[in-house]
Amino acid sequence: MTDATRETPPASGGKLAEAVRESAMAALLAFVLTSLMLGVRTVDAPGGLGLQYRWHLVIGAMAVVFVGRLLLKLFWWKEDGGAPAAVGAASGRFAALTEPLRKFAAPALVVFAFVLPFLPIADRQIIDIGILVLTYVLLGWGLNVVVGLAGLLDLGYVAFYAVGAYSYALLATHFGLSFWTVLPLAGILAAMWGMILGFPVLRLRGDYLAIVTLAFGEIIRVVLLNWVEVTKGPDGISGIPRPTFFGLEFKRFGENTFHSFFGIEYSSMHRIIFLYYIILVLAMITNYVTMRLRRLPVGRAWEAMREDEIACRALGINTTNTKLTAFAIGAFFGGLGGSFFATRQGFISPESFTFIESAIILAIVVLGGMGSQFGVAVAAIAMIGGFELLRNMDWVKGFVESTFGIENFDPNEYRMLIFGLLMVVIMVWKPRGFVGTRMPTIFLGRERKAISGDLVKEGEG
Amino acid sequence: MSDAILKVEHMTMRFGGLVAIDDLSFEARRGEITAIIGPNGAGKTTVFNCITGFYKPTTGMLTLTHGNGDTFLLERMDDFRIARHAKVSRTFQNIRLFSGMTVLENLLVAQHNRLMRESGFSFMAVLWPRGYRAHEEEAVEKARYWLEKTDLLHRADDPAADLPYGEQRKLEIARAMCADPVLLCLDEPAAGLNPRESDELNRLLLSIRDEEGLSILLIEHDMSVVMNISDHIVVLDYGKKISDGDPEFIRNDPKVIAAYLGVEDEEVEELAS
Repeated sequence: MTDATRETPPASGGKLAEAVRESAMAALLAFVLTSLMLGVRTVDAPGGLGLQYRWHLVIGAMAVVFVGRLLLKLFWWKEDGGAPAAVGAASGRFAALTEPLRKFAAPALVVFAFVLPFLPIADRQIIDIGILVLTYVLLGWGLNVVVGLAGLLDLGYVAFYAVGAYSYALLATHFGLSFWTVLPLAGILAAMWGMILGFPVLRLRGDYLAIVTLAFGEIIRVVLLNWVEVTKGPDGISGIPRPTFFGLEFKRFGENTFHSFFGIEYSSMHRIIFLYYIILVLAMITNYVTMRLRRLPVGRAWEAMREDEIACRALGINTTNTKLTAFAIGAFFGGLGGSFFATRQGFISPESFTFIESAIILAIVVLGGMGSQFGVAVAAIAMIGGFELLRNMDWVKGFVESTFGIENFDPNEYRMLIFGLLMVVIMVWKPRGFVGTRMPTIFLGRERKAISGDLVKEGEG
Repeated sequence: MSDAILKVEHMTMRFGGLVAIDDLSFEARRGEITAIIGPNGAGKTTVFNCITGFYKPTTGMLTLTHGNGDTFLLERMDDFRIARHAKVSRTFQNIRLFSGMTVLENLLVAQHNRLMRESGFSFMAVLWPRGYRAHEEEAVEKARYWLEKTDLLHRADDPAADLPYGEQRKLEIARAMCADPVLLCLDEPAAGLNPRESDELNRLLLSIRDEEGLSILLIEHDMSVVMNISDHIVVLDYGKKISDGDPEFIRNDPKVIAAYLGVEDEEVEELAS
C-alpha cells in the first residue's frame, strides 16, 4: 500500500479533507454513471418522443454516494486497504465464528433437501423453487467438472442442456419412449456432443476456447430454431410426457394412477414432490460420481491438467483423451438436467437455451469456488433462490411504492442489476468464490487440511 | 560392457533459418549417467525436447532400446507416448510441479497410466470402488518409497508449491521416477541448489543409477555434479558436438577448454586439479 502511505496527510484535519475529496470524486463518478440513465427519460410527446429531465434523481444518487462514501471512509475503513481489506477482515471474523459448524454444513444441507417436502413450510411454491434450484445445482456440478476441475472455460454449456431436453422431447413424442428409458440415453447423446465439441477445441486455450464454446452453444440453439421439420422451430415441442412412478401416472383420472394404486386421495402435489425427488436424486448421483472421479486417476489427471498441461504430457498422460472425458462427463450431466427440464415443463422451445443460461451456470460455478461441490450448491441456492424470492417480495413492492411514490414497482425487474452487484461484491470479497480452498484427494498422515486457493491454478484453457 | 540405451544419429533441428542442432550423433549407454554440457544457447535443452518428443527433429533418427530388446523410434512418437510406451521421464529446467496439489498427489498423477488400467479407466472404479483400493495402496507405497529416498516423507500432505526450491527439485525427480522410466532425463537438476543440496542430489542420482539400474541423461552447468557423477559426457557448442568421452578425457580436451570453459589459465588449472 505504498500509495496510501505516500498520501497519508500529517494532521487529522487533513484526513477529513482527504475523505471529502475522495467522496467528491465518488460523487462525480456517480454523476457520470447516472446522468443519462437516471437523469433523462424518453416519454411520448405530441409529434414523437420527448425528453423528460429528472435531475432530482441524479442529485439524490450523488448525495447518497457522497455521504455513504464519507461515512465509510471516516468510520469503517480504518487506515488504508480500502473495501477488500475491511470486508475481508469482517468475513475472516465470521469464518472463525462458524468454523466448528463448517463440518456439518454439507450433510445438514443434504438432510434438509431430503426432508424439505415434508416440512410445514413446503407449499407448492417452495417445492417449485426447490426443483429449479436443484436443476441449477445439477448443472453447476456438471459444469464444475469442466471448468472447476479440468480448468477448461466453457461458455456454451447450455448446448448440452438443450441436447438433453430435445433428446427426451423428440424420442418421447415420436417413439413413445418413457422418461426413464430416455434419461440415460439423453445423457449419452449429450456426452457424444460433448466429445464432438471437444475435438475441434482441443488445441485451443483460454479466451479462444471460451469463444469457440460460446459459438457452439449458439450453433445448437440456431439449429434448433431453424430445423423446423424436426424441432418445430420457434414453436417448440409441447405435450412432452410426464415421468411415471414405476409405470404409475400422476393423473386425476385414468387406469394406472399413483393415487388409486396407493389408495390415497388425488393431489396435484404428488407429482411436484415426485419431480423434486427425481432432480434431488439426479443431483446426488452427479455429486457422488464427481466426488468419486476426483479421487480416481482420471480426476487427478483433470486437476493436474489444470495445474500444468506440459508436465502431464511429460508423465505420459494423454491430455487429448483427458480433456475429452472432462467434456463428455460434464455434458452427460447437462443432458440429464436437460431431459429433466423437458419432462418437468412439458414444453420446450429454443428460447429456454439462450446464452444467459450458460452465463448463469458459469456464474454459479465461479461464485461457488471453482472445483468445490459445496460452494457450487450454495451459490446455486443463493442465486436462483434469490431470483425467485424477488418475484414474491410484496413487502418490498409495497414499501417502495408507498415511500417513494413509484407506481407499479416490481423487484423482479431489478434481478439483473442485483445479479451484477452480487458478482462485483463477491469478486471483491472472495475472488476465488465462496469456497476458495482445495481439498486434497488423498492424505498420507492423519491431519486433513485444505490447500489455500492462492496456490491452486485456474487453468489456461 | 554396456549397450546403448539411446542412440542419436545425425539429428538436426532447425527453427526457421536458425540451426539449433547440427548433425548431432551420440550414444547414451545403459546403466550409466550421461551428461550433456555446453555454453548457454548450445542447444542442450533442444536436444532434450527432441528426445522427449516436445519438438520433432527436422532430420535424424533417435532409437531407444529397452533391456528386453524392444526398440522405439522416438522421432516418430508423440510426447506423451514417449513417456508412456518408451518410458522416458523428464524434469524441466524451470520446475513444473502441480503446485496446487499435494506432494503425494503429484506422485500419484505420475502413476496415471498404470492406475487408469487398474481402475478400469476410472469409470469401473466409480461403480466398484472396492477392487481399486488395493491398487491405490500399492501406488501410495511406491510414492512413499520415493518420498523416503528424497527425504520428503514429512511433507507428503503439503501442497507442492509450499516446498522450498531444493525440495521442489527433488520432488520433480521423485515424480519422474514414479512413472517407472527406463531413461531419466534431467534438465539442470542442480540449478539453484546450494552445495549441500547439490551433494544430496549427487547421492540420489548415483543411487538411482546403482540401486534402480536406471540410465540417466542430464544437462548440467554445475561442474561438481557433472565431473563427479557422470560416466560419459557429451559437449555441445552452437548445436554441434565438439567432444565426447569420459570426464577425464573431457577435462583435458583442448577444444572443450577453449569453447566451453574459456581459455583462462586459472580455470583450466581449477578443473584439472
